[in-house]
Amino acid sequence: MNDANNVLEIKNLSIVFNLREGKLRAVDGISFNIPKNKTVGIVGESGSGKSVLAQSFLKILPTTAEISNGEILFQKDKESSDFIDISKQNPNGRIMAGIRGKDVSYIFQEPMSAFSTLHTIGAQMIECLRIHTDMNKKEARERSIEMLDKVGISNPSRRVDQYSFELSGGMRQRAMIALALSTNPSLIIADEPTTSLDVTIQAQILKLMQDMQEELGMSIMFITHNLGVVAQIADNIQVMYLGKVMESGTAEEIFYEPRHPYTVNLLKSIPKIGKKDKTRLASIPGQAPGPFDRPVGCCKFYNRCTDFMPGICDKKEPEVTQFSDTHRVICWKYSK
Amino acid sequence: MDSTNILLEVKNLEKEFILRKGILGKEKAAVKAVNNVSFNIKRGEILGLVGESGSGKTTLGRAILRAIEPTRGSVVFNFKDTGPIDMLSLKKKELKNLRKKVQMVFQDPYSSLNPRMTVRDIIAETLVVHKSIPKDEIDEKVREVADFCKLNLEHLRRFPHAFSGGQRQRIGIARALAIKPEFIVCDESVSALDVSVQAEIINLFQELRESQNLTYLFIAHDLSVVEHISDRIIVMYLGRIVEMADRDELFGNLLHPYTEALISAIPEADPKKKMNTIFLDGEIPNPMNPPSGCHFHPRCKYAKEICRNEVPELKSFGDHMVSCHRANELNLTKY
Repeated sequence: MNDANNVLEIKNLSIVFNLREGKLRAVDGISFNIPKNKTVGIVGESGSGKSVLAQSFLKILPTTAEISNGEILFQKDKESSDFIDISKQNPNGRIMAGIRGKDVSYIFQEPMSAFSTLHTIGAQMIECLRIHTDMNKKEARERSIEMLDKVGISNPSRRVDQYSFELSGGMRQRAMIALALSTNPSLIIADEPTTSLDVTIQAQILKLMQDMQEELGMSIMFITHNLGVVAQIADNIQVMYLGKVMESGTAEEIFYEPRHPYTVNLLKSIPKIGKKDKTRLASIPGQAPGPFDRPVGCCKFYNRCTDFMPGICDKKEPEVTQFSDTHRVICWKYSK
Repeated sequence: MDSTNILLEVKNLEKEFILRKGILGKEKAAVKAVNNVSFNIKRGEILGLVGESGSGKTTLGRAILRAIEPTRGSVVFNFKDTGPIDMLSLKKKELKNLRKKVQMVFQDPYSSLNPRMTVRDIIAETLVVHKSIPKDEIDEKVREVADFCKLNLEHLRRFPHAFSGGQRQRIGIARALAIKPEFIVCDESVSALDVSVQAEIINLFQELRESQNLTYLFIAHDLSVVEHISDRIIVMYLGRIVEMADRDELFGNLLHPYTEALISAIPEADPKKKMNTIFLDGEIPNPMNPPSGCHFHPRCKYAKEICRNEVPELKSFGDHMVSCHRANELNLTKY
């Protein structure tokens, strides 16, 4: 049964790339929910499938990719509790066009390339508002200025007529957030939004996103590879590796009681300020396998795992072990 | 300080970029990317250099090696077998000779390796250029270096595109090491890598320091990485050094408000410890038109009249150098 408290429910989702070299399972049977007004952090290294997952919510996958299995149930209306299955929608259809940029907004990593350099910031915001709402030009412009002001851009009535290249990196990301929020979406997908920024600016942007969530009320799916950032911003965390969620739980569960050997080692590998031992950082042995030599039909992590059990981990797909209502792990270590 | 122990001495180094305008190239403005910077690096030391983008850290790293020509100042290397060499007075040929001793590892392992060369040729290139060993020994040397850097020997025949980011960075390190340098500038060498891979490369840098007697200038914007690897740390802001101290001293007894803000902005991997960030207003100012007095004063919450008008000198408190008018009266957070 669908839960009205979730804005998005993903059920057993798989995404496959049909390439000349063969089929690549970028996302492999993932299920999780995004509750209303909460932030879900997706953590994973390059190649874990986190960006492809996000793209599937808007049906902006590359043409070679297809959703091969599963459901993406989205509660479009903030009030009613009707879910529509995004995975079954035509990417070019009217329903998806109505969702994209209206109910689900996307904040990209590179605000420089996400904005058009040929149009002013305002023109792009006004276009979005005119398509998705019945505002006239003047109202849309006023709304744009109001949003720019809200995200802390000084002198918004002048900035609205500037081009993206006239703004600094941090300001550009603020404008991106203003654009994403202007249509009052119920879900924001933020794909590494602070990765290209300095730490001081990153801190400002994280604070801004938290403030906006409190003030306007929306869910955020925050994709990052930075464990510090995700600890600070996320309520729930999904740890991904090669297209699978290895472990999921609340931020406290993941950081204080990590269970999966991948999560445990990942947390150990980050340098921490004030840590006494400066000799060696723990690291995960081996390398993430290439796209076509990923382990199939067994644990994806077995060949790099410190707790590898021969004959079990490399033979069968591990099952889910539930440590609490929220804390799930797929690892043979815990399932007998 | 014992001068024989000092590998590199930088004094009053400056780099100005001239901006020109119009078809006649009329001089329009000068940007001081590196402004009166002086410091030493001891033999075997890892000196960390941090700052936001636009602080001049990359320019400084390159100016030391004359990868870009400094405008004025002096850079003196004190290699084991050569005695003091003033880098800036060298002629082109002598400079090429010196490049056997100093190497660089770059940020982007994708664009810093030639896609048309095999890994073996990339690593061997410096050896070929400098003719430092006979031709028939090159292959053996390449294999030896690849082994240090934990590259698989069968990888040597392949091209860079076949490798992941972490492995490419190992190739870049192997290339820098082949000629047996004494000094390496690492310019954001781990920032493009995933955390677990980053940890491996940091470990590799530390191992190589021991086994190859290397000295590093380690440039990064990530303070937690710099804190982990460095013996001493320099913090730069808008072309100037604002603070310089041993690692534990810097974090335990920091004296500059900018360093305080920078450290406070690092997100901690602990959901229960909410960040206590000191938010800086705005962003790093345009270096073409830097603020008067202390460059940091428009963003500094402790700024007073004097900060607006007078440029603070780099004062020393023991081994701890700081350029702040109010350094000894402020009580800043300790980390």
